[in-house]
Amino acid sequence: MQITLNGQLQNIENSKTVADLLEELQIAHKKTVVERNGTIVIEEFHEREGLMDGDRIEIIHFVGGG
Amino acid sequence: MLNIGNMTFESNLFLGTGKYKDAKTQLQAVEASETEVLTFAVRRMNLFDSSQPDPFEQMDVSRYRLLPNTAGAKTAEEAVRTAKLAEAANMCDMIKVEVIGCDKTLLPDPVETLRASEELLNEGFTVLAYTSDDVVLARKLQELGVHAVMPGASPIGTGLGIINPYNLSHIIEQAEVPVIVDAGIGSPKDAAYAMELGADGILLNTAVSGAGDPVKMAEAMKLAVRAGALGAEAGRIDKKFYAQASSPLGGLSI
Repeated sequence: MQITLNGQLQNIENSKTVADLLEELQIAHKKTVVERNGTIVIEEFHEREGLMDGDRIEIIHFVGGG
Repeated sequence: MLNIGNMTFESNLFLGTGKYKDAKTQLQAVEASETEVLTFAVRRMNLFDSSQPDPFEQMDVSRYRLLPNTAGAKTAEEAVRTAKLAEAANMCDMIKVEVIGCDKTLLPDPVETLRASEELLNEGFTVLAYTSDDVVLARKLQELGVHAVMPGASPIGTGLGIINPYNLSHIIEQAEVPVIVDAGIGSPKDAAYAMELGADGILLNTAVSGAGDPVKMAEAMKLAVRAGALGAEAGRIDKKFYAQASSPLGGLSI
């Protein structure tokens, strides 16, 4: 399955859900927010939010700023 | 004591988390400042670089009220999206609406700032609007219902201090919500001066993170904000053109 992940085309083989994807990327332990096709997927829905070919996934986090 | 929305703060100093040389220095500076509010930014994660620093790596964020900014937004829509992302991660007690309209000065776009503030107020956010030192714009933001106005002392990161104390004084005089002076603070005297003018608080970042000794500067800013607030409460003397002796003129022995 091919998705656009933070602006880059990526082949994802092992992830069926948002939760799987965060595990595959080894960032499940980090504080992040996920958007799937422009809509926020809150954490409690990560396990049931399925991924589909062509999805646009954005993974957002928090950085230093003023 | 500072009240914003339904929150109350003992400290009048809000601190940004950008540009510290390392996490340990940031942690110590935050401690030394005794701030209760931390500001930070919301960004797309760089998934292909695991070395990215996490500003809250060693921090217990539950001890602080979190004030993410919408920096990076150039339109109201982008600012609203950023705020919603922060809220979805439970990282948003208040939102700093920051919509930049000029790349050179980083001055805010007044129209987009108003639009973003209105939308976020409708969505139930506690909105702190970063604005220029424009008196009318500050009033319009207040009329919209923002929970605090945050006029810049001078452009972000310049350290030029308060370049228009006249405008700032008018913003403070007309304010019915807290005025947090945000951006441009260079040294403790600027923070003290803003508080003496009657500001309710100070938000700064580079003045501490970029200082020679950020931890010491954080403490200096804490004391300056306190000194300025006390001075404003105490009421300063009028300025006079001619000298007025402090010692009595009578009883001279010579």
